[in-house]
Amino acid sequence: MLPELFFAYFAVTITGLSILVITRKNPVHSVLWMLVLFIHIAALYVFLNAEFLAAVQIIVYAGAILVLFLFVIMLLNLRKEEIEQKFQKQWPLGMLAGTLFILFFVIILNKFAVFPAPGEYSIQAIQGEGNIMVIGKVLYTEYLLPFEIASLVLLVAIIGAVVLAKKKISE
Amino acid sequence: MNIGITAIKVVIVISVTMLHVAYVVYFERKVIGHMQARLGPMRVGPHGLLQPIADGIKLFFKEDIIPSGADKPIFYIAPVIGVIAVLASLAVIPLWEGFSIADLNIGVLYILALSSVGAYSVILAGWASNSKYSFLGGLRSSAQVISYEIALGLSLVGIMMLSGSANLSDIVRAQSDYPFVLIQPLAFFVFLVSMIAETNRAPFDLPEAESELVAGYFTEYSGMRFGLFFMAEYAAMFIMSAVATVCFLGGWNGPDFWVFSYVPKIAWFLIKVYALIFFYFWIRATLPRYRYDQLMGLGWKLFIPLALVNIGVTGLVKESSNPIVIKL
Repeated sequence: MLPELFFAYFAVTITGLSILVITRKNPVHSVLWMLVLFIHIAALYVFLNAEFLAAVQIIVYAGAILVLFLFVIMLLNLRKEEIEQKFQKQWPLGMLAGTLFILFFVIILNKFAVFPAPGEYSIQAIQGEGNIMVIGKVLYTEYLLPFEIASLVLLVAIIGAVVLAKKKISE
Repeated sequence: MNIGITAIKVVIVISVTMLHVAYVVYFERKVIGHMQARLGPMRVGPHGLLQPIADGIKLFFKEDIIPSGADKPIFYIAPVIGVIAVLASLAVIPLWEGFSIADLNIGVLYILALSSVGAYSVILAGWASNSKYSFLGGLRSSAQVISYEIALGLSLVGIMMLSGSANLSDIVRAQSDYPFVLIQPLAFFVFLVSMIAETNRAPFDLPEAESELVAGYFTEYSGMRFGLFFMAEYAAMFIMSAVATVCFLGGWNGPDFWVFSYVPKIAWFLIKVYALIFFYFWIRATLPRYRYDQLMGLGWKLFIPLALVNIGVTGLVKESSNPIVIKL
């Protein structure tokens, strides 16, 4: 009963918070609601015995990406009229896309197996060896190639940022 | 039952820490006073011992001023975020064998995560105050905290590799023979400097540089809200010193011979923490403030590469002694 209650709380709150994020007029408030949202998602990961993922969710999303968002928004210093013009025109299109997405979910929902048989990585197996150990082993053996490709993509992004920043100085 | 015991632990740890925080302020004023050939606080109580309590009462009864044009809800909540983030980190600190409120397997990451949440309090306080000094202080501080967080995290990776765990109690147990500072001096150095920058203390206290920014991000705060920022800063120093003690200085372990074996474990832990807190004050009384570009250059061009080199060397040394066979 208790797990269901917890999950119900998180499901309802996460939905509510997502709505708050997209309806706030002040972008800084939106970012803050998103921060609360991310912390709730991290709590859901803890709930699933994925402690490592929860910590990374907070460190990477809340600690790095959202702070960057906040930085950009604060430095842009948007005026009220601009926000209302640019960011509120897309409501009809957004509603349409959202409705289609919900329809899509309703159609595929009964194709899901709710409690599939546990595979190789059951909760006991992960707790026996430690969260970080299991993830590390899988990343560096089974998924080595995708992992390296992802790091290459990130490297390209870093180099791109450096190139963009350098150009301005030389002009 | 279990929840009850945990709740009692939480209350004890938080109240003891808050008392420590109050007296760490006194300790700082005394230490810096004597370093500058002054006496420090002397008036309230014998040798000024009641000064922190007088300060606390004063802050409590001061008027709470909110600048016009401030974003009220965010202005209210910013210091609270800071205090919560810092106090929540206390949960995973192992004070002695078997005593930590939550013995998490990801203890190190938990502390890093909370310190990144703590950065929000500074940014939001700066932004919500609707003042240019606060805003500049907030921007500076967030850039500084984010940069040094990387060096801080990377310097702890070597420790996690050596102890094979991110659980703080396991890290201390792995140091029962000798503290890790002996084999990770480089990482310890990077951690020490980064922890000063991470907690916005001198010589890296640019976010609150008095000569340029009045008081930085909390310029517009007064009364107990200002007190909350103060508490968060000193509690953060305590947490960072505790993490350094746990990860590099062997936590609650102490020499185990002669009369030393009768000393309670918590005493070793506290002695090490206070030595590090004294180090904070010593540095503050000794060094002038850095310039902002020097600070960023130091973080990105020196400490992050040093920490990376340290990780590489640690990995090489560790694996050359017991090679792992990788199955593909």
